[in-house]
Amino acid sequence: MDAALIGQGLLSGLLFGGVYSLMAVGLTLIFGVMRVVNFAHGDMMVWGMYLAWMLATRLGVDPYAGFVLCAGGLFVVGFVVQRTLVDRIVDAPHEMQILLMLGVALVLENAALVAFGPDPQRVRSALTASTLWLGPIFVDVGRLVTFGLAVLLTGALYLFLARTPLGRSVRAAADNPYGALVIGTDVRRVYAVAFGIGAACVGAAGALVSPILPFQPAGGLSLSVASFNIVIIGGMGSLLGAFVGGLLVSVAESMGAVFLAPSMKELVSFSLLIAILLFRPAGLFGKGSA
Amino acid sequence: MSTLLRLEGIEVGYGDLTAVREVSLEVRTGEVVALIGGNGAGKTTTLRAITGLLPVRRGVIELDGQRLDGLSPSRIVARGLAHVPEGRQLFPTMTVRENLELGAAGREARARRHETLEWVFRLFPRLQERNRQLAGTLSGGEQQMCAIGRGLMARPRLLMLDEPSLGLAPVVLKTIFETLAEINRTGTTILVVEQNVARALALSHRGYVLENGRIALSGSRDELLASGHIKQAYLGL
Ligand SMILES: Nc1ncnc2c1ncn2[C@@H]1O[C@H](COP(=O)(O)OP(=O)(O)OP(=O)(O)O)[C@@H](O)[C@H]1O
Ligand SMILES: [Mg+2]
Repeated sequence: MDAALIGQGLLSGLLFGGVYSLMAVGLTLIFGVMRVVNFAHGDMMVWGMYLAWMLATRLGVDPYAGFVLCAGGLFVVGFVVQRTLVDRIVDAPHEMQILLMLGVALVLENAALVAFGPDPQRVRSALTASTLWLGPIFVDVGRLVTFGLAVLLTGALYLFLARTPLGRSVRAAADNPYGALVIGTDVRRVYAVAFGIGAACVGAAGALVSPILPFQPAGGLSLSVASFNIVIIGGMGSLLGAFVGGLLVSVAESMGAVFLAPSMKELVSFSLLIAILLFRPAGLFGKGSA
Repeated sequence: MSTLLRLEGIEVGYGDLTAVREVSLEVRTGEVVALIGGNGAGKTTTLRAITGLLPVRRGVIELDGQRLDGLSPSRIVARGLAHVPEGRQLFPTMTVRENLELGAAGREARARRHETLEWVFRLFPRLQERNRQLAGTLSGGEQQMCAIGRGLMARPRLLMLDEPSLGLAPVVLKTIFETLAEINRTGTTILVVEQNVARALALSHRGYVLENGRIALSGSRDELLASGHIKQAYLGL
């Protein structure tokens, strides 16, 4: 086992982690604001991938530019899903929320199946073909750009929440929905915006990963599970936790592929989950009681 | 003096329970009006109905002659009403400054928020010192100041307070009530819900007594202070 191989694994894992972070940031935002677990998260991501694929194949838009439109499209999906469906069950017991969100997941998955068929697809981008060499380690330019954009988007989301009036209202509604209502916040609108942004994050993640990973309609569930895993590791509702957790899980999986076998990916990330929960039951950045 | 807030025969409840019935009251521009009553009398329910947080089943609510009942809380707040709720209901993981700025919701309030913030800091210098502290780590008195400040940031025509004295030490309570008097002197009309009847009446021009969801008594401060019923049931004299 030589150092270059390990370095290669670390770097590839880290670069891919940006996508994981973005997926998890979207999920944790939705959970943090509405206390609703978006079981359709992975299916929304798959739709982000297919939107990128359509833009690339029909209109010739490179996914590294088209991801903006994919994020916009998924924002609308999230906004509408919140306004028409989730809004009715925000205060309902968890099992009802789970049923509804699983229903949304099924609808999205089957709609993709009808629209695109069951076969795996992949988007071509000029960037994925090129590589850079850092001494003995090669850098996949596609992954590098994906990582950079994912970090940029997470940063933009952070600034939105910290600095803008609407972003502050999102945080206020997450902190104390009744308090937000009392001071005249349109909490339903804020919820719809938050759900829309969460969906936009995962839609962008889908578009950005579409040149790297093949995808198919049935892939949503495992992407949802991967997102939950990261969110729990990072601490439910914590944006920083989701971001760091995404990088951590990706690096761990990549190391697992180096030291064990590529097929051990899930085993590694779930082991990491269990190990972290043993020591920090609320997750890395979670504020809940131990 | 013109009527700013008018309630006419309102009925409000939760499910099968009717918590407030046939309540009529009015607050005139420039006044401080107290709404007093014991636990479960329906005071909070009345304020929540005014802000649109609970539907009014019967009756009319008007602010400055315009119907409020049926509007959403965000519309009602935009009409110039600020509600400082029971239990403060601050945003605990946000700073004092952020809590205050969130109060400046409407277009005009937002445009004037720097000026209003200075005013709030003059009224409550303690809030300026704690500017960057998380609201959840404030003392009870400071939290109440923050909640009132957040209400003022909306530049309300009517400020409604739900038990501002709750859980406060006498010294802090005195400061806060003095500040409320000053807020009223500088032109803000106030409707204050209280169980601390002596404090509330000392601040108010007039008052209403709510018992079992109905108005049992009303009158000027002096009339209420002279009433045998008030003396016996609320002042323990
Ligand atoms: N969310 C609720 N669901 C059902 N009943 C409620 C609810 N909130 C209040 N009530 C009932 O409505 C009645 C009036 O309550 P309300 O909170 O308005 O009283 P209050 O005068 O504010 O009392 P306190 O001084 O204790 O705050 C009470 O009988 C109470 O039990
Ligand atoms: Mg009350």
